[in-house]
Amino acid sequence: MSVDGSSLLEIKDLARRVRIDVLNMVAKANSGHPGGSLSETDILAVLYGEVMKHEPAKPDLIDRDRFILSKAHACPGLYAVLAETGYFEVKELDTFRQIDSRIQGHAHIKTPGVEMSGGSLGQGLSFGVGVSLASRLNELPSRTFVLLGDGECDEGQIWEAAMSASHHGLDNLVAIVDRNRIQNDRWTHEVMSLEPFADKWKSFGWHSMEVDGHSVEELLSAFHTAKQTKGRPSVIIANTLKGKGVSFMENNVDFHGKAPSPEELSKALEELGE
Amino acid sequence: MANSVSTREVAGDLLVKLGHEYSDLVVVGGDLNKSTFANKFQAEFPDRFFDFGPAEQNMVSVAAGLAASGKIPVVSTFAVFGTARPFDQLRVGVSQSKLNVKLILTHSGLLTAEDGVSAQSIEDIAIMSALPSFTVIVPADGPETEHAIKASLEMNGPVYIRLSRPATPIVHTTDYDFKIGAAEVMREGDDVTIVSYGIMVNESLKAAQELDHQGISSTVINMATVAPLDQDAILSSVGKTGLIVTAEEHLIQGGLGSMVATLLAQNAPAPLEMVGLRGYAESGKPEQLLKKYHLTHNDIVASVLKGIARKS
Repeated sequence: MSVDGSSLLEIKDLARRVRIDVLNMVAKANSGHPGGSLSETDILAVLYGEVMKHEPAKPDLIDRDRFILSKAHACPGLYAVLAETGYFEVKELDTFRQIDSRIQGHAHIKTPGVEMSGGSLGQGLSFGVGVSLASRLNELPSRTFVLLGDGECDEGQIWEAAMSASHHGLDNLVAIVDRNRIQNDRWTHEVMSLEPFADKWKSFGWHSMEVDGHSVEELLSAFHTAKQTKGRPSVIIANTLKGKGVSFMENNVDFHGKAPSPEELSKALEELGE
Repeated sequence: MANSVSTREVAGDLLVKLGHEYSDLVVVGGDLNKSTFANKFQAEFPDRFFDFGPAEQNMVSVAAGLAASGKIPVVSTFAVFGTARPFDQLRVGVSQSKLNVKLILTHSGLLTAEDGVSAQSIEDIAIMSALPSFTVIVPADGPETEHAIKASLEMNGPVYIRLSRPATPIVHTTDYDFKIGAAEVMREGDDVTIVSYGIMVNESLKAAQELDHQGISSTVINMATVAPLDQDAILSSVGKTGLIVTAEEHLIQGGLGSMVATLLAQNAPAPLEMVGLRGYAESGKPEQLLKKYHLTHNDIVASVLKGIARKS
């Protein structure tokens, strides 16, 4: 897949705005999950900015591509990309985690553009299998993109889903793993070893790719390859940095589920050129 | 009431029929499709049937995804595997999103051949009625199973239909009005209200006949929809009879017994006796299990007599 230089710049600018929104939302709510939102941002920007067929004014468009956030705690990133692409106004992000808001603490379908309610890990890939089966039955060209956390892959249900997706030959399904190597408590290799991770997916019958999850070009190329792959689902293991873009949050487990202080917010926004 | 039919068989045949009426109807199975008779739908509609093996968490979340895409997924497996194992998937993935998933689960309660305690689903009504979006229906017989499944497809929202393995006596000899959420008064009497569902409806009717001989007249209510509970029907009846006996093939704790106790305590305190399970059971033949665990018409009669003594 090739996109012109101005599109690349637009995707990168979308990612920059999403990161700024994430930090502002989490700081204002004084709670939430910034680390995994910042690590997934470039993946979201590539999907919503280029790869997916979607119309923000018509969130129920019948032949839309679906994005499913299985790691639903990283919803600030999703809300930000939905707002920045026009599903609702950016100022509504200020209501994140507040009473009476459509923008809940974990992704919920009451938010325009959110396809699945989550918050308990491990369920999104199965949901994506159901969506992909329905698209195939309906003879729609729609594709399904499911974003998983790497720590989330400790859940057994992920592997039930992985087995069933390849059994049913779902080549309209793409899983992306935000491989930031940090989960709630510690490094993933300290909590539960995942490696050889790409081989696990291969052995489950998936077309497995590994990319730099912050390289727009590599992500675009991998999504293009996934679209060309027939007869089996594809997984993109996106190597990322938890907290990407903010020096003191990068690779810092403390910011998995903690908001920045007002001082930290100013410093972070400055680093992002805001 | 000589005729008996297994509610799971009725469901298996009906799904095939409904498959022709509802083009969006799909079935997901978990490697028990010969026992649930979902294999009949599979044979008729191979493209709309998906087997996931014994992987119930995956099955339920897949069904959620199908429902979110406009399909009407029926999840078909045993009651114990389709409720307890994927409870979190039902809670977050189905109930909290109010998705249009239909659980049609068989082999409920004690009567699971001689499979024993692990297979006996005696907590399922408690856990499913704890999910606020779910409608929980336990048909009393074959005809009611047909009504319940058809009505569940007419409504948009999650439904659990609890079916049995063995043949169940038919208690509805003529056609009748079935409405989800509406209790069915099967006979009226002045001295006691017996409320039950599923296989215990037939036992309740037998108990009422026995009580007739003893000069005690009974109202029998079939509470096929256990959640949401038809509170008005219970309060209205107990207002006349002043005594309630519940009967269920399930734990009393979290079952109809405790639901009725809560209702009465809040609205109209009256003597209440509860026929049902108080703990785990074991392997055995249906009639042996029902007798040993006090789920027969004789047990209902004894509870009514106990309640009558408390009335005064």
